Amino acid sequence: MTTTDSGFSATRRLILQGAATVVLIGAGNMASSLAPAFAAANDKYPEEAFKQKGDADAIKSLYGMTAEPSDKVKLDAPEIAENGAVVPISVSTTLTDVTSISFLVAENPNALAASYRIPPGTLPNVSNRLKMAKTSNVIAIVEAGGKLYSAIKEVKVTVGGCGG
Amino acid sequence: MPSTIRVRATAGADVTEVQALIQHPMDSGFVKDASGAIIPPHFIQVLTFEHDGNAVFVADWGAAVSKDPYVKFSFKGAKKGDDLKISWIDNKGATDTTTAKIQ
Repeated sequence: MTTTDSGFSATRRLILQGAATVVLIGAGNMASSLAPAFAAANDKYPEEAFKQKGDADAIKSLYGMTAEPSDKVKLDAPEIAENGAVVPISVSTTLTDVTSISFLVAENPNALAASYRIPPGTLPNVSNRLKMAKTSNVIAIVEAGGKLYSAIKEVKVTVGGCGG
Repeated sequence: MPSTIRVRATAGADVTEVQALIQHPMDSGFVKDASGAIIPPHFIQVLTFEHDGNAVFVADWGAAVSKDPYVKFSFKGAKKGDDLKISWIDNKGATDTTTAKIQ
């Protein structure tokens, strides 16, 4: 599969990271002047929600309401994650009129991990990989028809991974 | 410099499946380096996928997304040969953009 990075040697990766750092420093000023236009085009990044410590506060900050548990939200996560730095987690739902899907890790320093905006025509089905500091409940939130629905699953972490 | 974004978008009968892998450290700001100094947060905040001028998927990310992040989603309305534009911006204002052909 062409999207995996298994083809990269460790050396090449180091060289690439070095090159990226140099370019980023050089482009820093220019990029920051472009940032406001970029942000406006993408609506608003929910900065405050990502700063909240607990999951309840993060959900409240992001959506301004609370979620009710629903068996129509399917949260796919491992029972045990050997490496907390890379935990594959997916959410899908049979709910209709879905406008966003969010992932929270309750015991992380900041609970909100990722939030995805789902426009009409995009399926309510997202997979990603998250870091988990320790064993924790993972919470999936689906926003559908203006209401919030949730699913929760505990993932046991053997090696903490806020390290990344 | 090569793009940080690698994407595979495959059109089916009705639905186009998109998988993206991005090279980025995604430093959380909670980790110390070998000398005990905190590695400052450095992570992608917004990742956008556009088809035909419309955003089909927007990811808002915090520092808890894994290093070299991966995401998969599907959308309707595209066909083989269409362009899919992918762009990200991180918390330091750095950006990258690429355009992929849907296969």
